[in-house]
Amino acid sequence: MTFKTDYKAVHGLGSAREGTGHFISQRLTAIALIFLAPAFLIPFMQNLGGDHADVLATYQHPFHALVAIGFFLVMFRHLRLGLQVVIEDYIHGERLRMACMIFNALAWRAFAVAGAFAIVKIALGA
Amino acid sequence: MAGNSTPNRPLSPHLSIYRNDMGMMMSIIHRFTGMGLAFTGVLLVWWFIAAATSPDYFATADWMLTSWIGKLVLLVSLWAFWYHFFNGIRHLRWDLGKGLGIGESNRTGWYVVTLSVLFSVFSIYLAM
Repeated sequence: MTFKTDYKAVHGLGSAREGTGHFISQRLTAIALIFLAPAFLIPFMQNLGGDHADVLATYQHPFHALVAIGFFLVMFRHLRLGLQVVIEDYIHGERLRMACMIFNALAWRAFAVAGAFAIVKIALGA
Repeated sequence: MAGNSTPNRPLSPHLSIYRNDMGMMMSIIHRFTGMGLAFTGVLLVWWFIAAATSPDYFATADWMLTSWIGKLVLLVSLWAFWYHFFNGIRHLRWDLGKGLGIGESNRTGWYVVTLSVLFSVFSIYLAM
């Protein structure tokens, strides 16, 4: 039993000083995606269901390669930040919540790297 | 701990006491489209990894995504994307403190719904 007040218990611990980092990053990535997402979408849709050689030719072009790499890195960051909020809002059990947060923090970074790697491999013609 | 905590204070939002309205539905759909597009993002990476791996693997992935169920998933994703895209812009405008009135908010909501359908059709047209 402690007689400390709630205020006393947290006093001096301070904030992590990154309270607005998530908010700002979510919006910066949103702004970037206004350009990146449509620029990625159109050539992707044109190549879907197409020849393998045409797909390689498209993403060997520096513009399409850069747009696609940028799209994967920025989009998956935006996605991770968004889903983090969903988890924070709806997943309440402490262990499940922690498991979801860890999965969320790792998985989307892995997909971002995988997507970017695929484009680099195609672009460099390996 | 002693003192200041008030554990029984009312929580917000109490979704069940609200009548459905435009703003609420738009907000829920924004979340759902964002969550759904996570799955589409995984499919996209898979398709590109396949293309980077071999012609055979690409043929498999491309066949899956252009099968009728693949096309259905991508068609819904396309609309979800354009909805999330335009509603995201609506959100950014709110962040600037603009368009927050109920009337204007409902109006821009309908713009988002309309544009999401138009751009879905338009992007399919562009891709053909």
